[in-house]
Amino acid sequence: MVKLSTPRSWKEKKHRYRFIGSLCSDCSKRIFPTRKRCPNCGSKNLKDYYLPKKGKILTFTIVRTAPDGFSDFAPYPLAIVELDDGVRLMLQIVDTNIENVDIGNNVEIVFRRLYVEGKAGHIIYGPKARVTN
Amino acid sequence: MRDVVVAGIGQTKYGMLWDYSLRDLAALAVIEALDSNAVDKIDSIYTGNFSAGTFVEQEHIGALVADYTGFVPLSSTRVENACASGAVAFRTAFNEIASGFSDVCLVLGIEKMSDVVTSEAVYSLSLAGDREYEGYQGVTFPALFALVAKSYMHEFNMPRRALSQVSVKNHENAYSNPKAQFKRKITLEDVENATMIADPLTLLDCSPISDGASAVILMSLDKAKELNVEKPIRVAGIAQASDTLALAHRDSFVSFGATVEAAKKAYKMASKNPSDIDFLEVHDCFTIAEITAIEDLGFYKKGDGFKAVLSGELNACGKLPVNTSGGLKAKGHPVGATGVGQIITLTEQLRGIFEGCALKNPKSGLAHNLGGSGSSVVVTILEVI
Repeated sequence: MVKLSTPRSWKEKKHRYRFIGSLCSDCSKRIFPTRKRCPNCGSKNLKDYYLPKKGKILTFTIVRTAPDGFSDFAPYPLAIVELDDGVRLMLQIVDTNIENVDIGNNVEIVFRRLYVEGKAGHIIYGPKARVTN
Repeated sequence: MRDVVVAGIGQTKYGMLWDYSLRDLAALAVIEALDSNAVDKIDSIYTGNFSAGTFVEQEHIGALVADYTGFVPLSSTRVENACASGAVAFRTAFNEIASGFSDVCLVLGIEKMSDVVTSEAVYSLSLAGDREYEGYQGVTFPALFALVAKSYMHEFNMPRRALSQVSVKNHENAYSNPKAQFKRKITLEDVENATMIADPLTLLDCSPISDGASAVILMSLDKAKELNVEKPIRVAGIAQASDTLALAHRDSFVSFGATVEAAKKAYKMASKNPSDIDFLEVHDCFTIAEITAIEDLGFYKKGDGFKAVLSGELNACGKLPVNTSGGLKAKGHPVGATGVGQIITLTEQLRGIFEGCALKNPKSGLAHNLGGSGSSVVVTILEVI
């Protein structure tokens, strides 16, 4: 069981369901998740924007010993992905033979089941990535 | 700012200490530290503890420590910065004494991890990372450092063997340390054939789950003179820095910016360069972290650290001994205790009383304590007066 509660997951709908990040109106810094103060210039003029759905793998690993709630997926590749506009984020890689995952792979964002939370079995969805090259 | 010295030290063994509770460990370490220089009057207490709430279902560790070490009604505060909690507690006490607000502080680092099963301990440790934006993808701590290792191997062509050598060396050093968790020498093949946790890191690339407590009595140099403290060890430089909570948000995955920043400030405060430092205790939570640390601390150029490991110059008898205690890998890693434990190793080496891989007359040592995936770092330089 994953211990991220339903209300906490609900608050993440902007990031997980709509894949929205922040764009700074003053310095053009782009970042995911959204912020209220720009980590680059300190500006409060940040606006929501839809992140690009394509990117590439900067580094990756294969998780063999999974944490509770993720063992159904194991072994699974996990990568730091840089989207086409430079935003970096952590994503599981799916639909790809784990032997073929490598640094530099092109990926696209897909919408997938993340985990099941609580006794009620509330299914939480969100972004993962798939190798396209 | 006043000069501050380490005057007393005490610690439990690190390991799976089934017979001892969090309270027992706190008392054992503190009593030994108090006895080590016969101090019985202190001004305040700082305790580094990462997650007693999840490990033993007890928060409010500040009051617990004051109560169970017999120091009620003194000010007693818990400090938390993930795996850097111990060094942050030490630095908080340092600031209090250097500023003249207190003369004597007790610093405790403590973690009791073995009261929960391994999967729960792994869960607790994962809370040191970015739970909401990395943890939710199934990230574990070994996975975060595996991402660093993979990136480093890709960029600098590091052979897997260099990682194995870090583990072999640290097990070798722990073998003669009576406080260490693992008293077992291992081979390169042992590391490489161990269970794969997150490629390329195997079980023997990872620091263990440990119980333990380390305590230090910190005081002003003036107070140490007044009390005739034997071989006080001066805090020459100490600095703390932060980085993004999520590893993915960094510009580089082969260098930890918080280590670079904290080191720069600590060297400046101590008026020292890396060449003035005789030995190091670095935060080898995973083998790759020792390699990035010796580079980020300025001892080797980026990409050359792994060559130093392979050449043997980081061995206890080498040019730059690193982790003579056995490091987190083999001495053990009771999370909140680790940063204070590193200070104790430096102090014992500088006083010439280290039981284990003792160095010949070192004058100055450096401790590097890193929290999370490098989101908090403290660098401390100690020297003989």
